[in-house]
Amino acid sequence: MAIEVRIPTILRNYTGGAKAVSAEGATLEELISNLESRHPGLKERLVDQGNLRRFVNVYLNDEDVRFLGGLGTPVSDGDTVTVLPAVAGG
Amino acid sequence: MLSISQELVDKIVAHARADHPDEACGVIAGRGGVPERFIPMENAERSPTFYRFDSMEQFRVWREMDDRDEEPVVIYHSHTATEAYPSRTDVSYASEPDAHYVLVSTRDENEVEFRSYRIVDGVITEEEVRFLP
Repeated sequence: MAIEVRIPTILRNYTGGAKAVSAEGATLEELISNLESRHPGLKERLVDQGNLRRFVNVYLNDEDVRFLGGLGTPVSDGDTVTVLPAVAGG
Repeated sequence: MLSISQELVDKIVAHARADHPDEACGVIAGRGGVPERFIPMENAERSPTFYRFDSMEQFRVWREMDDRDEEPVVIYHSHTATEAYPSRTDVSYASEPDAHYVLVSTRDENEVEFRSYRIVDGVITEEEVRFLP
């Protein structure tokens, strides 16, 4: 079993068009590194200088990981991670 | 081109007026590119110059659209002191290449500007809006 990662439209060019991919890791950070090895380029769209990008929302199951532990949030088999670009502007 | 019912236009404008001088924002969900379901969103920034969907509300709404096989056909927000044209920040955060980005300006008390754009890879393309009865 692995962790399902749901990919938004704008990042599907990194996943060959797939809406969801699977990855492994014990924390969100490891999961993203694992994702990067399978889908090069994705990590840079999610992480900047060791932190989650401000305008990318990442959810573990039903929670925004910012309210959990950010990149250090533990993840486990069977979890679903959802990536949604923030809708924002001026 | 964006084809949208006058009823939905009126709802967007009413939301923008109600939140003035802060920016208002929201989504019209639909299928096959047809805007149908009006979803006003909270502007988590509560600001006259910036908007951002509340992350948990966005998660719920996006999941609901997914469950209903809908997509965000229109993403709207208001400008409260400037014209209804995408700002530099609007362009840098635009992340739904398939959406119509609708901008409403409430800077004039009596007249409303209602315009629509595609924003893809940093490029703004204004499109015609057809108002359906």
